[in-house]
Amino acid sequence: MTVFARTWTRAEDALYYIGGLGDLGAQTVRGWFRGPFERDTLVVQLDQVGVRSLSIVSITSLFIGMVLALQTAYSLSDFGGSLFIGKVVSLSLVRELAPVLMALMVGGRVGAGMTAELGTMKVTEQIDALRALATDPVRKLVVPRVFATTIMLPLLTIVSGLLGILGGLFIAVVNLHLTANFYIRSVVETVKFNDLTSGIGKTFFFGFAIGLIACFNGLRTTGGADGVGRSTTATVVTASITVLIMDFFLTKLFLLFF
Amino acid sequence: MTDSLVTDRRAEERPAPDRRQHPRDVFVEFRDVHKAYGPKKVLQGVDLKVYRGEVLVILGGSGTGKSVTLRHMLGLEAPDSGQVLVEDEDITDLPEEELYRVRMKFGMLFQSGALFDSMTVFENVAFPLREHTDMTEEEVARAVREKLELVSLPNTEHLMPVDLSGGMRKRVGLARSIVLDPKMILYDEPTTGLDPITAQKINEMIIDLQSKLNVTSVVVTHDIQSAFSVGDRIAFLDQGVFEWVGTMEEARNSTHPGLRDFLKASAVTAAQPTSAES
Repeated sequence: MTVFARTWTRAEDALYYIGGLGDLGAQTVRGWFRGPFERDTLVVQLDQVGVRSLSIVSITSLFIGMVLALQTAYSLSDFGGSLFIGKVVSLSLVRELAPVLMALMVGGRVGAGMTAELGTMKVTEQIDALRALATDPVRKLVVPRVFATTIMLPLLTIVSGLLGILGGLFIAVVNLHLTANFYIRSVVETVKFNDLTSGIGKTFFFGFAIGLIACFNGLRTTGGADGVGRSTTATVVTASITVLIMDFFLTKLFLLFF
Repeated sequence: MTDSLVTDRRAEERPAPDRRQHPRDVFVEFRDVHKAYGPKKVLQGVDLKVYRGEVLVILGGSGTGKSVTLRHMLGLEAPDSGQVLVEDEDITDLPEEELYRVRMKFGMLFQSGALFDSMTVFENVAFPLREHTDMTEEEVARAVREKLELVSLPNTEHLMPVDLSGGMRKRVGLARSIVLDPKMILYDEPTTGLDPITAQKINEMIIDLQSKLNVTSVVVTHDIQSAFSVGDRIAFLDQGVFEWVGTMEEARNSTHPGLRDFLKASAVTAAQPTSAES
């Protein structure tokens, strides 16, 4: 096969992938509005995506806040950097770090799990069984999962931002000997409404993309356990890249409007 | 050369139309159905009629497209060309949402059972009832117990699919596929991978269900013993077309080389399972 033919095949595959993803996305959004909603599955998924991610989110966020405070103090020490700790930590976390890191983490933890689950169902004919039983797999499986990631990621990001700021406070007080009052005032004065809108607003899109990619890769799995492994890896890679690319464009968009 | 041989053979051996065809009602019909996966042509002009109330056995070697044929009946696969008709309705180009209505007429037993492994046996069998009926939980429980008894699996409701043997999984799958009282049951390799005694039990169950539920059945298999125990007619699939269709008696006396070779090889394998010489 020539290089041209191979490139063409890959481009064609990519277009089919994007087309399929778009189609599933449209069906999912239609499913949200049309119903009936799978309440039991949704509750399980909200628990799986949100509650069960809390420990990993808490630990990560706390340490990111602490590291951020340390690094800021170190790199800005010549300019009296410790006074800006609250500003830098809160702004970095709220606008960028919490949304993107949480999206990458949820993409890894939850996305991979979703793909593995749906992929296994696909290769063991359970998805076909659903269809044969006159049940729409998108309504039954995809709609509640994508809804859960879309709703839970922003909530996890809020938790992450708060805990990161708390981590920064710990370093500011214990290491840099600032008063808690000074740090908190600096945070409150710095973080504006548009920072929150931009930071949290982005995560709705990230959550939707992660859930959708995870479910899509799961449903198109073929080839037994090996195929499930490949799909799971593909989800982590695709979701991470998509989040980072979307982050740039969404940031631009939010800067334009807010 | 090969092509001409195949064409000649088909022309010579295609049997006279079944005498029972005319008065009987066609449930599913395939008209010149073609299906390919990439470069691999699986179905190459399939014509088939399944009559109401019969048990049709689709026989053929591995990879000849038996399961693909079955999946076309349900609309799980769409043909590249040709038509599939269910009760005179052309389902070939129906969108997925409309196919759900058609699929309510069918129950399908998948090769692996395809039980939902996050649900118990009870939840698996109750699933179609909860999805498609307004039955109360009490009525659901009664119906589930009744179907589980029909497949000889009472008191297994609380078990998870992972706790079941291969034969039990198939029987639970069967209970799930008949719980909505379908008009037609499709069996995909119902006895594959089972020991002879369990396989015989499954065969008896198919015959039993046929008489109790008065349904139409299509059984896909390469197990000759199973085919002759449950079937009314045989459709022999080879090289993407039904090379031979006829009654069990006609199959026994058939001179069609492909079918004869298949039956002979199966008989030898069944008689001398460990012999490599013959």
